[in-house]
Amino acid sequence: MNENGTGGSLLRAMYAQFRRDLLMAYRHPQDVLNPIAFLVMVITLFPLAVTPEASRLAEIAPGVVWVAALLATLLSLDSLFRSDAEDGALELFLLSPHSLFFLCLARAGSHWVTVALPLAICAPLLGYLLSLSPHAMWVMFLALLVGTPLLSLVGAIGAALLAGVQRGGVLLFLLILPLFVPVLVFGAGAVMAAQQALPYVGHLALLGSMLALALALAPFAISASLRVALS
Amino acid sequence: MTTNVLLRAEDLACERDERLLFSGLSFAVGRGEAWRVEGPNGAGKTTLLRLLAGLNRLYEGRVCCAGRVAWVGHRAGLKGVLTARENLAWYVGLQGRADVDPDAALSRLGLRGFEDQPCEQLSAGQQKRVALARLLLDPAPIWVLDEPFAALDVQGVALLEQICVAHLQHGGALIFSTHQESAGIPLSGNIAIQGTGTICE
Repeated sequence: MNENGTGGSLLRAMYAQFRRDLLMAYRHPQDVLNPIAFLVMVITLFPLAVTPEASRLAEIAPGVVWVAALLATLLSLDSLFRSDAEDGALELFLLSPHSLFFLCLARAGSHWVTVALPLAICAPLLGYLLSLSPHAMWVMFLALLVGTPLLSLVGAIGAALLAGVQRGGVLLFLLILPLFVPVLVFGAGAVMAAQQALPYVGHLALLGSMLALALALAPFAISASLRVALS
Repeated sequence: MTTNVLLRAEDLACERDERLLFSGLSFAVGRGEAWRVEGPNGAGKTTLLRLLAGLNRLYEGRVCCAGRVAWVGHRAGLKGVLTARENLAWYVGLQGRADVDPDAALSRLGLRGFEDQPCEQLSAGQQKRVALARLLLDPAPIWVLDEPFAALDVQGVALLEQICVAHLQHGGALIFSTHQESAGIPLSGNIAIQGTGTICE
């Protein structure tokens, strides 16, 4: 009891949560692979449905890849807290003596590492199928690298609010989608600017500032939402 | 006397779906005391216990705890894909502790040899035992247990009674709900929730 609240023991608590989530993703790889499969399906179908013409595909590629990555993240968010709420693990999570702020940060971080980061790595590569230029692919990767943790953090707020709701899928989409719009606009905007040889750092900087804001505020919202959801 | 009180509830009232579960409920649980919450199904026993554990915030009145609360509810809080040891290691880690050994707690609850079994392959009674093993790993002085005897066999019930009595002897407090006659735990008080008439003894 004496060491509760000290930095080392807080880090240990965050690590315990992070480790458990990684272990579960390892034992249950569908949670990681399903969003990637979704991404691959959407991106491979586009050239078939729209046009195989490389110049026109490259024009829509930034938007298509970003929308696919965003929806894939959204699909994975639905179960972020629900399974913990159903089996009672969330109660133990809330009763930890440590700051819920940092534990929620660890939970969002593990979601980013297991789901969103693989998407951020795969999506630009899949952009190759849509004739994305190597330079644009690189910018796409950078934009996703800054944008996906934002999606994890903001999405976790909605997932936490709906943790106690049995079928919250559509409701989650409605709650979260408006908050994802700025990420989509600046993320796809950065890639489009890069394609036209325009400066794209501004878009990335805006995404970065949004990420800094989310890192500071979203864990508060997540922990408050979890308390409401369980009451 | 007041320094020995670990958990004090003052004038608690709670409503669910426009139905008053209880009101004006006040009691104080001291060191070494075990209190039982009883009442028919749906009377609000779980609601009261969750409220005392700090999980439910939709109530009136005040709950003061002199120390942390360890909670074992209906739902075991175990991840099916993780082993018993991994589940407990997560719980111990959440407390920020590294100095306790989950295996010792598991073997105390008669689960020696099941440490590496995924929890989904354990029986309901064994899962309950894993959940109860958390109590041995948690230094919290106040235990709030919702139906701790459910799904346990005769030996399991006896074991849990022993563990609870040892906790009381070490100056802990215990609040639990059960439908069984728990002769093995000396009760200091009884909270009977029956509709709106709530009796504390």
